Amino acid sequence: MTFAVVLAGGIGSRMGNSETPKQYLMLGKQPIIIHTIEKFFVCPEFEHVIVLTPKAWVAHTENMIKKSLGKTDRITVIEGGSTRNETLMNAIRFIEKNYGLDDDTIIVTHDAVRPFVTHRIIEENIEAAKKYGATDTVVPATDTIVESKDGEVISQIPNRATLFQGQTPQSFNAKKLKELYESLTDEEKEILTDACKIFAMKGEKVYLVEGEVSNMKITYPFDLKVAATMLGGDLTND
Amino acid sequence: MINSIYQLTAPRLIEVTYGEIDLSEGGVLVRPSHLSICRADQRYYQGARSKEVLAKKLPMALIHECMAEVVFDTTGTFRSGDRVICIPNTPTEYDDIIAENYLRSSKFRSSGFDGFLQDVVLMAPDRLVKISDDVNPDVAAFTELISVSMHIISRFDKTAHSRRNSVGIWGDGNLGFITAVLLDKLYPDLKINVFGRNYDKLAYFTFADETMHVDDIPEDFMVDHCFECVGGAGCEPAINQMIDHINPEGTIALGGVSENNVPINTRMVLEKGLRLFGSSRSGRDDFEKTVRFLEDHEQSVHYFETLIGETFDVRTIPDIHKAFDADSTLHLGKTVMHWNK
Repeated sequence: MTFAVVLAGGIGSRMGNSETPKQYLMLGKQPIIIHTIEKFFVCPEFEHVIVLTPKAWVAHTENMIKKSLGKTDRITVIEGGSTRNETLMNAIRFIEKNYGLDDDTIIVTHDAVRPFVTHRIIEENIEAAKKYGATDTVVPATDTIVESKDGEVISQIPNRATLFQGQTPQSFNAKKLKELYESLTDEEKEILTDACKIFAMKGEKVYLVEGEVSNMKITYPFDLKVAATMLGGDLTND
Repeated sequence: MINSIYQLTAPRLIEVTYGEIDLSEGGVLVRPSHLSICRADQRYYQGARSKEVLAKKLPMALIHECMAEVVFDTTGTFRSGDRVICIPNTPTEYDDIIAENYLRSSKFRSSGFDGFLQDVVLMAPDRLVKISDDVNPDVAAFTELISVSMHIISRFDKTAHSRRNSVGIWGDGNLGFITAVLLDKLYPDLKINVFGRNYDKLAYFTFADETMHVDDIPEDFMVDHCFECVGGAGCEPAINQMIDHINPEGTIALGGVSENNVPINTRMVLEKGLRLFGSSRSGRDDFEKTVRFLEDHEQSVHYFETLIGETFDVRTIPDIHKAFDADSTLHLGKTVMHWNK
């Protein structure tokens, strides 16, 4: 079975003066998170869509979903964890409890603040995760990436041709992800904040799915302005 | 839900824009899979329309010949994964006399509003016709064009008198070819004569009873009815030649689009008591008939397969340009895009 996991756990501390978590800001006629959830909800491959939010926002998110999509039993909102990986584990625990976890259980995880994800990206994630066990959505790096170990001088400048910028979805064989995560020490868990990195560090191959530049993450007020402009509308929360 | 729409913003310039789809409006969400380029799309792409028309219509997503896959249906009409043919004509009212494609209030995709170059499209269920998985998807992509021919033939059937021993099809292009294939199967006893300007194109009409260059038609060669599938500047000589070579009280079906007014020999139209009727586009009935035809006549689908020119895997906007560029030099046939953007 294949599950969509929409990660809305962040509190949006980078979103300027807004007190609302960024995923709940309006973009066009809908909150950002609803745009994103709908993209996954309409995909027939997903048995269930699991949305993970801060505890205080669970009921609010449920209400918003009901308002836009009507009453549905294909979406469940649960509380996220203290870290991104703990949030993922909450999703896997939900799946294990309600559907069981087997070798064919796939999760397609996506940031709630990337509402421009396309149908093609989602489909290719599902396909690649089934085939390879782990996938990351990327676009070629356009800026030169500079590494500095002390934050003062350049340590090295890697060859840009081999660099990509990570987006989401990231998709995994859920059982494998759980096994790898549980094998980490507490110290490793602190460092390995990205699930794809866990796979890579443990010597597992992570397949690349071609993303889109437009599959942007709405992190800063500037991003929301860009997103609103892309939609051709006014910025409701400006 | 945010949707990506790939619009022609100026001749040879395609840009992505974004729009919102409101699922609460209800309908069928489809993902285009196989898209075919029509001459009308090509004219917009090349900027071969008047400045006024381009200013009025652009920006607009091109393509109105489309097979799609059902993603999500709030109406309960289709199942997810069903292959469907999309109907570009979109009526805004119902009339029990006038066909949907002739209602002046109807809108048409890639003419009056966005065509199918989109990530997903929300359609009314009556704008979709399910098609069997067995039909070659590259042929299914241009079902719309075949349905236009089916529409012409259906109207011919209602209009023409019952002596139908022979017909003449003028035009050795796609529409002429498709019309000939359909007539050959739908009227097995009909003698089909095809007239064109290109010997190499005429050579494809192997199933026709007779093919002839338009300069070689004997003066006494006569047919009961005619189909004009020429269009453009060739309309005038073609229609006048039909008037010369048609038997009295015959019917001439006009199917080719011309940007200019066409002077024709009305004296002889009157003397022979001819009927000329025009057809444009097609509606749901024609799509249903066409899909049934494709599902039931494997050999005809094989003939249509010979029309498939190049196919393009489209993952980027430059891939769309490649497809349009290749199509612009196509002598005969259809360019099909496999939509993976």
